Amino acid sequence: MSRQFFRFALAAFAAGVVLAHAPALAADAAKGKAAFMKYGCWQCHGTEGQGSAITSAGKVLAPDPLPLETFAAFVRSTDRAMPPYSELALPPADLADIHAYLSSIPKAKDYKTIPLLNQ
Amino acid sequence: MARKIPATTDSGPKVDRRKFLTGVAVAGAAGTMTPQSANANGAVGVTAARLPSALPPTAYTIAAETGTPAKDLARIGGVAGSDFMVDVIKTLDIKYLPSNCASSFRGIHESLINYGNNKMPEFLTCTHEESAVGMAHGYFKITGKPLLTLCHGTVGLQHASMAIYNAWCDRVPVIVVGGNDLDAAHRPPGVPTFHSAQDINALVRDFTKWDDTPVSLQHFAQSMVRAYKISMTPPYGPVMISLDAGLQQEPVKPHGSGEKLYIPKYTPTSAPQGDSNAVREAAKLLANAEAPVIVVDRAARSENGVRLLVQLAETLQARVVDMGGRMNFPKTHHLSAGAPAVNSADVIIGMELSDFWAVVNSYIDNGEHGIGFNQTRLKPTTKLISINSVDLNTKANYQDFQRFQAVDIAMAADAETTLPSLIEAVKAAIPNDRKAAIEKRGEAAKKAHAEARERNKQAAAIAWDSSPISTARLSMEIWGQIKNEDWSLVAQSGNVSNWPHRLWPMEKHHHWLGQSGGYGVGYGAPAAVGAALANRDLGRFSVSIQGDGDLMYAPGVLWTAAKHKIPMLSVMHNNRGYHQELMHVQRLSSFRNRVASLGGDMGPIGTSIMNPDIEYHKLAESMGWWARGPITDPEKLGPAIKEAMAVVKSGQPALLNVWTQPR
Repeated sequence: MSRQFFRFALAAFAAGVVLAHAPALAADAAKGKAAFMKYGCWQCHGTEGQGSAITSAGKVLAPDPLPLETFAAFVRSTDRAMPPYSELALPPADLADIHAYLSSIPKAKDYKTIPLLNQ
Repeated sequence: MARKIPATTDSGPKVDRRKFLTGVAVAGAAGTMTPQSANANGAVGVTAARLPSALPPTAYTIAAETGTPAKDLARIGGVAGSDFMVDVIKTLDIKYLPSNCASSFRGIHESLINYGNNKMPEFLTCTHEESAVGMAHGYFKITGKPLLTLCHGTVGLQHASMAIYNAWCDRVPVIVVGGNDLDAAHRPPGVPTFHSAQDINALVRDFTKWDDTPVSLQHFAQSMVRAYKISMTPPYGPVMISLDAGLQQEPVKPHGSGEKLYIPKYTPTSAPQGDSNAVREAAKLLANAEAPVIVVDRAARSENGVRLLVQLAETLQARVVDMGGRMNFPKTHHLSAGAPAVNSADVIIGMELSDFWAVVNSYIDNGEHGIGFNQTRLKPTTKLISINSVDLNTKANYQDFQRFQAVDIAMAADAETTLPSLIEAVKAAIPNDRKAAIEKRGEAAKKAHAEARERNKQAAAIAWDSSPISTARLSMEIWGQIKNEDWSLVAQSGNVSNWPHRLWPMEKHHHWLGQSGGYGVGYGAPAAVGAALANRDLGRFSVSIQGDGDLMYAPGVLWTAAKHKIPMLSVMHNNRGYHQELMHVQRLSSFRNRVASLGGDMGPIGTSIMNPDIEYHKLAESMGWWARGPITDPEKLGPAIKEAMAVVKSGQPALLNVWTQPR
């Protein structure tokens, strides 16, 4: 994972250069993936937001995450099963990037197309 | 103790173990003389005369070198005490003895391999005492038979203690014998002294069912048979015997008033059954319930236990929540349900639950002010029934019995033994006018089960192609290769979101062996090897999903598997961290408005196992395993497992180091 992470960091840097002229606060999926790792979201939700029956009560973050406003409200307060992230610990811009990353994850395959899930 | 017999009354040879050891000790002491003893020789300020490098032989040495050897070369003057101990052990039908060798049990070790021909039990060379007990733990869960292990009574037992605690919490019998040199007046100095104690059993007394310190061979015979009997009476549990070194090494002598040594006959004790009145009352509640739920943890001790649970569930068409301490109930059965089933129950029967409280309450970690809070899952009128043999064997110190849960009917009894009478009582108690409603309940359960299976499959498809490899993909790639085998998932020390339970057709008791019991990390690898040993003898295929952190506690058990030709497939769930703890530190950081410090790793400092990454495949290869890795591409996993399967089928262990998603 660390090699991938560094590869990704390079990509994120390159993306940052390209996006230097983009609107100042536009959410960035590449930066969002880095933030998803940095702030520990991946730990319970998996690196692709796939969730886990054990660590996220089966909740799937992506594809199709909650709308940004609802998503942000939950992250700030949560149901306490998930620790709440304040703005001190997770700045709004990074949260928006994380949402952009989750929104960029393509829809999962239909399990009926996966032979191993149809035995 | 045997050594208290005065030397002058001993009819054996005069050159005995004590004298030999005394000689060794004197030789050693010459190099380590204390200042006081140097002073006593008047050596202060005086240079001692230099001794010649070769001294003339003593009269003793001359005699030894020139004399005619006696006809009988046996030095102990009769039958070794430890030979009799082996005779005792052989009556108990113990097949293997995993152990790390130690001088404090050299007497019985020698007897086992020479006098006992290293059969029943066969000595298995282990590189750590925790591995030896862990192997015995896993072996029992397949065979239902305990193993014996030997260890140093002090240092070895301290190594073994974690695994003994797991066995205690998991209700698994293991017979632990610790060597100890009790007699301080005759104990060899140096290492044997540091390896002796007054009461070695004290170390594990809080989490063993029984212990003893036999002081004669007859006492040993009684202790050994008693230990076996106690450990094998439900609730099962580990037992401990302190074995005096002198007793092992000295010759058999007449016991007491001259009576001959004998070996007591072992007769299994029947397991405790629920009181008939309590069984009848429980049956009435279940038969008249609108939504009865059966919750099981270690209820099925055997395949018969699984059959009985199916019978009870089908009689009531009651949904069954399997907490997974054992494979209690087939996951393919339409009455198999998830934990939320208890939310709508009006009667819940819990069988062999280690934590009834947690079944009927939820706990949210870190509420306000950092304190967790509870929420009940019960309706106010829900009735609770408990059948639990652990009620008969609770100790004070270690809190493995968890929180106190008030129930309406409590039976201190073995669930599997009580099931036949409970099933009959339920059949008798079901009113005719309830039969249609019970049937309808079954139809609803069938629909819910089918829907849950669909949801599980769709959830498994998410991140199917991700790298690191998803735990769903890992589990299903394994399943794709083992599905035509008589398989046994011998351990799942990495947490893979229960995918095998959710998607594999887990139906037989040996398909799943449960977890460690005490959550002591380091159980997975040795328990898997022990269970694979048992499966080898039964012609079964063993597969383990091996956690990375778990393997690093005592990886030497890999060598033991290769040494003793124990075939098994170990597929690593290598998420490169102590993931549970990683999440805990992250959780606390978030609650405290801090960004967790990663220190260049992926998880908070102190929780990652990376930089450098451990090459588990090379570790395994170095100990005689076939191994490949690291595998990060999900497309390459299936073919690698197929290749490893061929190796395992040829009789060898094989390991795949797979980089995975965290859970």
